Amino acid sequence: MSDCGPGSDSRPMHDSPIPAPPLLAARGLAFARNEMPVFGPLDFAVDAGEALLVQGDNGVGKTTLLRVLAGLLRADAGDIAIDGRPAKPALRARAISYLGHLPALKADLTALENLDFLCGLHGRRRGQLPGHALGIVGLAGYQDTLARQLSAGQKKRLSLARLWLAPAPLWLLDEPYANLDLEGINLVNRMVQAHLRDGGAALLTTHGAYAAPPVRTRMLELRRAA
Amino acid sequence: MMLTAARALMARDLRLLWRRRGDALQPALFALLVVVLFALALGAEAQVMAKVAAAVLWLSVLLAGLLALDTLFRGDAEDGSLEQWMLAPVPLAWLVLVRTCMHWTTTALPLLIATPVLGELLRLPRDQLPVLLASLALGTPLLSLLGAVVAALTVGMRRSGILVALLALPLYVPVLVFGAGSVAAAAQGLDPTGALLLLAAGLVLALVLAPLAAAAAIRIALS
Amino acid sequence: MSPLVRWFHQLGSPPYFDRFAQRWAPWAYALALPMLAIGLYGALFQVPADYQQGDSFRILYIHVPSAWMSLLVYGVMALYAAIALIWRIKLCEILAMACAPIGAAFTAITLATGSIWGKPMWGTWWDWDPRLTTELILLFLYLGVIGLYNAIDDRRAAARAAGLLAIVGVTLLPVIHYSVGWWNSLHQGQTISLFGQSKMDPSMLPPLWWMVAGTHVWFVGSLLRRARADNLRREAGKDWVARLAGAL
Repeated sequence: MSDCGPGSDSRPMHDSPIPAPPLLAARGLAFARNEMPVFGPLDFAVDAGEALLVQGDNGVGKTTLLRVLAGLLRADAGDIAIDGRPAKPALRARAISYLGHLPALKADLTALENLDFLCGLHGRRRGQLPGHALGIVGLAGYQDTLARQLSAGQKKRLSLARLWLAPAPLWLLDEPYANLDLEGINLVNRMVQAHLRDGGAALLTTHGAYAAPPVRTRMLELRRAA
Repeated sequence: MMLTAARALMARDLRLLWRRRGDALQPALFALLVVVLFALALGAEAQVMAKVAAAVLWLSVLLAGLLALDTLFRGDAEDGSLEQWMLAPVPLAWLVLVRTCMHWTTTALPLLIATPVLGELLRLPRDQLPVLLASLALGTPLLSLLGAVVAALTVGMRRSGILVALLALPLYVPVLVFGAGSVAAAAQGLDPTGALLLLAAGLVLALVLAPLAAAAAIRIALS
Repeated sequence: MSPLVRWFHQLGSPPYFDRFAQRWAPWAYALALPMLAIGLYGALFQVPADYQQGDSFRILYIHVPSAWMSLLVYGVMALYAAIALIWRIKLCEILAMACAPIGAAFTAITLATGSIWGKPMWGTWWDWDPRLTTELILLFLYLGVIGLYNAIDDRRAAARAAGLLAIVGVTLLPVIHYSVGWWNSLHQGQTISLFGQSKMDPSMLPPLWWMVAGTHVWFVGSLLRRARADNLRREAGKDWVARLAGAL
């Protein structure tokens, strides 16, 4: 680049904007357990405003992949970049919100109390309140119901409320449609759509593409490692 | 951020304690059981019991604490809360420290309050009570912190039972020695301050190092 | 890259380590056994009887090397564990876990010989001598590491967890030793330590050095054999292991 001091009017010949780095980029990611390879090496990326659908049969490593991306497990090979920067724990914690198999809800606390705690832990998105989030996921009257008394589908909705309140731009959703009825599935899709519109990104694992959200989606197919 | 998280965790634990008020008395109940069994085994002779009262009380508090260790992380590990702690923007060690402190207030503090009563059952000499309480006040947090490391190492296991005791006991030995020993020293007319200061120093070190070790252990156990 | 550094990297490869251990372990034993034999012969037949304890002090020649090894092996185990945790080197995980049973055995020998030695001195098999009490706690620390390693299914997580325990134990070991010493002085008064008041006469030392050297070399051989076995078990699904077993 020619030097552009103050007052100079030079521009590069090709005025192409530098593309923003993908929100999440994985290179050569591989993981093994007890010397048996689980997945890898994988290369993929997710841009802001995009969803990545991770597909594969049971036991092929979808959950493990998400846990590696979240930082709960450490990959045996490869590296992960968030927003172009190497994924250090502090950066990961701020950038990622993980919805796993276990709902992380205390049975003896009410729905609202659970959300209050999780917001205190992870922070809260500006302009969103726990009570309001309960309404969005269809649990409007359930603020004071103990989590123990909620059905599996309702617990899932409560977890989605937590997700909604989280300030992180990248959502890692492991089997988000599990335990949900048709209305619940639509809710997940609407949430993902809204999140992507706000500039976030989402990774979802699923058995089949039947419940894919109607947004710009990439696909990642995991097959059993040789 | 760290203060918000700490406040949220403390509020959560207090609420959980209130919802399960009965469970909070279990360690104190267990200590009472141990004291009763000791009294029965020793023959309830006033002279004999008075000599060993402080040591027996220390043991019952230690064993009750060992039993209560299971509740430190197990509930959170089972419902996936521990995972979310690992993913939070605050250091896991900080959350472990706050959790251990809350666990101590809910399990060991009732024991401390019950100690004078239990002491009466064992004919503890009155002049030994202040030193005993001081040693317990310094020793039980230390036991909780060391126990947190052991609980973190075994957090994924279903039937850890005797393994937890085996892992914890060597780590507990210095605390027990200086704790019960300080009372024994006082009983012999020696100055217990040295031992108590050593406990205090250990506590300060453990407040910093134990949460770090426990956090590392949780990451290993949940991997 | 210097040849030494290259050799270290190579050693981390499981098949290479297998060949290395297979080659050198027998040599270690071949060296250790004569050393121990010379030491024992000197201890039993050449050294004169102690003027205070008579012939019963001869067990010192087994007791002392075992005690030193029990502590050294724990330190080595903690060192390997630290390297394994910080740099995630698989071989160091294996070496750390292989140390544990060896150290436990040395500790058990220390306790047994200490107890046997104590009988003529104290009149009982056990007297809560501060050094022996610390050795007993050390045995529990070893058993804890072994127990934890065996309790977790994922071998690498198991080694890391047990390794962390070993590191915690090694930092607390001086504290434990000090506390037991203090406890002993508080409750037992001044007891005659196992070594008595007299220092050892220089003429009595050579067999001790043979025994010390012999146990060190024995440790190396035993470590290589155990590490090799664990290495093979971990890599059991791989082709090179199957070829070694003659299946491929």
